[in-house]
Amino acid sequence: MTTAQTAHLPGAPGHEAHGGNGSHDMGEIQAFGFWLYLMSDLIVFSALFATYVVMAHNYAGGPTPKDLFELPAVLVETMLLLTSSAAYGLAMVAMHKGDLRSVRLGLVAAFALGLGFLVMELAEFHHFIGIGAGPDRSGFLSAFFTLVGTHGLHVTFGLLWIVVMLAQLASKGLTAPVKGRLTRLGMFWHFLDIVWIGVFTVVYLLGVVQ
Amino acid sequence: MSHSPTDNAGAAVGTVKSYALGFAASVVLTLVSFGLVMGGALPRLPLILALFALAVIQLFVQLRYFLHVDRSSAMYWNLMALLFTFFLMFLFIGGSIWIMYGLHERM
Repeated sequence: MTTAQTAHLPGAPGHEAHGGNGSHDMGEIQAFGFWLYLMSDLIVFSALFATYVVMAHNYAGGPTPKDLFELPAVLVETMLLLTSSAAYGLAMVAMHKGDLRSVRLGLVAAFALGLGFLVMELAEFHHFIGIGAGPDRSGFLSAFFTLVGTHGLHVTFGLLWIVVMLAQLASKGLTAPVKGRLTRLGMFWHFLDIVWIGVFTVVYLLGVVQ
Repeated sequence: MSHSPTDNAGAAVGTVKSYALGFAASVVLTLVSFGLVMGGALPRLPLILALFALAVIQLFVQLRYFLHVDRSSAMYWNLMALLFTFFLMFLFIGGSIWIMYGLHERM
């Protein structure tokens, strides 16, 4: 198997079985393809942000952001997600060194911190719905639950993906295809942190200011 | 740990130092954002502008240090796709705000 052969076969079935020199080019192609997916996901989020900004003042006599949002809790959520992203970064550094144990440690840390974020978000949603501020209360709350919930759903799938990768690390070790998947999961995880910058600024901070 | 820039199109490699730098900068920017709102020292308009500026700076910090987007030849197409996406986001979000607030004024 030569590099040239696999380089001409993007997405060809069975390339995983080789894992030789060619898979490095394959990894680059797949990473770029995954980058394009992330860009399309960013378009989805921008549509949800646009909807939120338009609906943000339609309270229908219901609670406003000032009544609902607890900024200290949101700050903790933000720090959890940010630290999770950094922990994943350290796992990537360990991956390039071939240090399997540190990769596992980084992934487990990223998972635990991400799970903490998700639990806090679900507790917030549960609290809002409990006090009658569910997505059916007003346009503002519909848009809020849709935007923040979509981000939370992405985090949920990211957590599932981390579990899958931990299982693959245990069964396959640090093979070239596993490294490629870890790289793409890293892009996904950092991307979710970037989307969250928009969420905490536009939804939470500006919500409380206005 | 050394690697050439063309080593990693779309999947660039960071170092402990670059992740630590990106993390520290993001923590500081986040704390300043929350501090400005929770402290309540600034008037409304400068506060809103400051929050947007801090968010945009943190966006670039994370793109640079976590996703390794830079102007190297390896990241050229990633950067082009990103810039085009920013353009689309500007149309989506800016256009929606423009139209809906215009409608609101006339109703």
